[in-house]
Amino acid sequence: MSSTDNPTTASTEPRLKPVNRSGIEVPTSVDASAVNPDNIGAPGEYPFTRGIFPDGYQGRLWTIRQYSGFGTAEESNERYKFLLAKGQTGLSVALDLPTQCGFDPTHSMARPEIGKVGVSLSNLSEAEILFQGLDLSKISTSFTINGTAAIIYAMYLAVADKQNVPRSKLTGTIQNDILKEYVARGTWIFPVRPSMRLIADSILYSNDVSPRFNPISIAGAHVRDAGATAAEEMAYTLANGLAYVDELRARGGDVEKFAKRLSFFFYVHMDFFEEIAKFRAGRRMWARLMKERYGVQDPKAQHFRFGVVCGGSSLVAPQPYNNVARVAVETMAAVFGGAQSIFTCAFDEAFQIPTEFSAELAVRTQQMIAYESGIARTVDPLGGSYFLEQHTDRMEEQITKVMAEIDAYGGVIPAIEDGWIQLRLAERGLERKLDTDSGDNVIVGQNHFKKLNEEIKVGEVFKLDPTVAQRALEKFQRVLDTRQQAAVDASLSKLAAAAVKDRENVMPYLVECCHAYATVGEMVACLKKEWGEFKEPVNL
Amino acid sequence: MNTLQANASLAGKRILIGKPGLDGHDIGAKIIALALRNAGAEVIYTGLRRSPLQIAQVAVDEGVDAVGLSILSGSHKELVGDVVAQLRQLRADDIKVFVGGTIPAEDQPHLRQLGVAAVFTSDMPLEDVVNILAKSLA
Repeated sequence: MSSTDNPTTASTEPRLKPVNRSGIEVPTSVDASAVNPDNIGAPGEYPFTRGIFPDGYQGRLWTIRQYSGFGTAEESNERYKFLLAKGQTGLSVALDLPTQCGFDPTHSMARPEIGKVGVSLSNLSEAEILFQGLDLSKISTSFTINGTAAIIYAMYLAVADKQNVPRSKLTGTIQNDILKEYVARGTWIFPVRPSMRLIADSILYSNDVSPRFNPISIAGAHVRDAGATAAEEMAYTLANGLAYVDELRARGGDVEKFAKRLSFFFYVHMDFFEEIAKFRAGRRMWARLMKERYGVQDPKAQHFRFGVVCGGSSLVAPQPYNNVARVAVETMAAVFGGAQSIFTCAFDEAFQIPTEFSAELAVRTQQMIAYESGIARTVDPLGGSYFLEQHTDRMEEQITKVMAEIDAYGGVIPAIEDGWIQLRLAERGLERKLDTDSGDNVIVGQNHFKKLNEEIKVGEVFKLDPTVAQRALEKFQRVLDTRQQAAVDASLSKLAAAAVKDRENVMPYLVECCHAYATVGEMVACLKKEWGEFKEPVNL
Repeated sequence: MNTLQANASLAGKRILIGKPGLDGHDIGAKIIALALRNAGAEVIYTGLRRSPLQIAQVAVDEGVDAVGLSILSGSHKELVGDVVAQLRQLRADDIKVFVGGTIPAEDQPHLRQLGVAAVFTSDMPLEDVVNILAKSLA
């Protein structure tokens, strides 16, 4: 190692390990005998190992999507206009924690969190401001919302109604994946079973009234962040996906129809081929599960469509500009994996809200990969690689093994209610942290090749306007003062009545509540009264 | 596999790990809870979404030596201030308070002024976290 002319600490040079973090052995050399041709097929053909479209990105490039939103609706609206002007093709809305957990800004738990990690969207008037001047029939909007997803979706429909945009023209996504909230992200509200019903209601309703909208994005990203390996990330996500399919079928949904609108969401970390193999294996497994387990015939209902975040917990604060290179590598893995939409983290996202400078660089990274690198021209250009095909098969084996463990426990719902998955994840998180501390899990600049006496700081720190909370509270009070209370009360009592009827879909009632300017907190309180609250198992 | 060594000064110490506010990112809190337990402490974890009053009350009821607060939502100044104030109200200022999460360096002096014994960030090795805590409680 030649570190003498650089101001780096003397550390032993890390070794290349013959096994990846998913526990899959990675051979030094692979030949043609390692490839099983039955598993590959052609792009656009079952089992879709090589992608869901025969023409790859030539037909349509992935959606360049950035996660954004903070403070009040006015500020976020301004930021969205800025991002659209920079060439972004879809909006992604981050919501503050009170909105995500179903508390109005006036609630004591909400006060310190208003506008902190996203925009405060407490009622329809805020949504009207958020989308002012944006044509909802032309933009695709993605909401990172789960516990209150059905309510925020209802609010989006209500805004479209107000803008006279037909609901059928709406495109976008709500995350609406509650199962992973119980194990990794924490914005649960109701117990698991009524939550599953609420999700099924929103998906079935969306299929009918806004058929181009994705009413769920089944997410592995958060369990990955919490410590899961790539194989576990895919396994938990596929298992959750199957749980939703079972719930939807139990509520009378037609799998040929609703499966077309299921989408998925993952992290991509730095192990390039592990990630590409994960996506290819997941896509193939989902198609086979749909066909073999549920008899799905329509290829569109077998398609595994997914969005990807590049960065997240793989980005670190020491030598922050290293993250620019990490995001580029990860973006290429997402492209070789065949992602439908990509979000690139800004290099400073590990420790602050991205600045306009870092946010623009993140978008530009995707554009360089899309239009300069040439890797998007040919569909699945790595398909047929001895190593990648073998690695995809081994990844599938590993994912299958983890899914079998969940099945052996009794399925994801009991495993979550008992806290079994939560504990597994915590133990995995501890393992990964200790491997990082020891340097076994190499992170350049953090545990190897460190700069001596590096002062970890960033050039620009985004400042959130300290008056955000006060303004949100004032606007909230104005809405309470000007709305028609009788209409609010009537809409909420209809919602309560629908909530206790098993065969009723609560969605139309939520839309009516939104139109009456009922608040998120009021709607959640109404449903909590009927359904109760999740009791978190704390069994560490 | 890498593991943590037991730390003799933590034997018999009771530590409450709390998640105040609405932040749902609990993996850091759980990792610290498991790490401190492996190092020999008795650990209680509150679970998510606790109010500062609830956390202070549990700390007093359980007679803990230290409270570790995990906050990644950016609301650390308000929430830590509230927990410290509640502990004082309950005449339990002798309980040491630690904070972990995404805490910008520029906010650390403020937290120290509030009486926080140490601030931990996610890039800090667990062994260091354990040692700092153990020394502080010895």
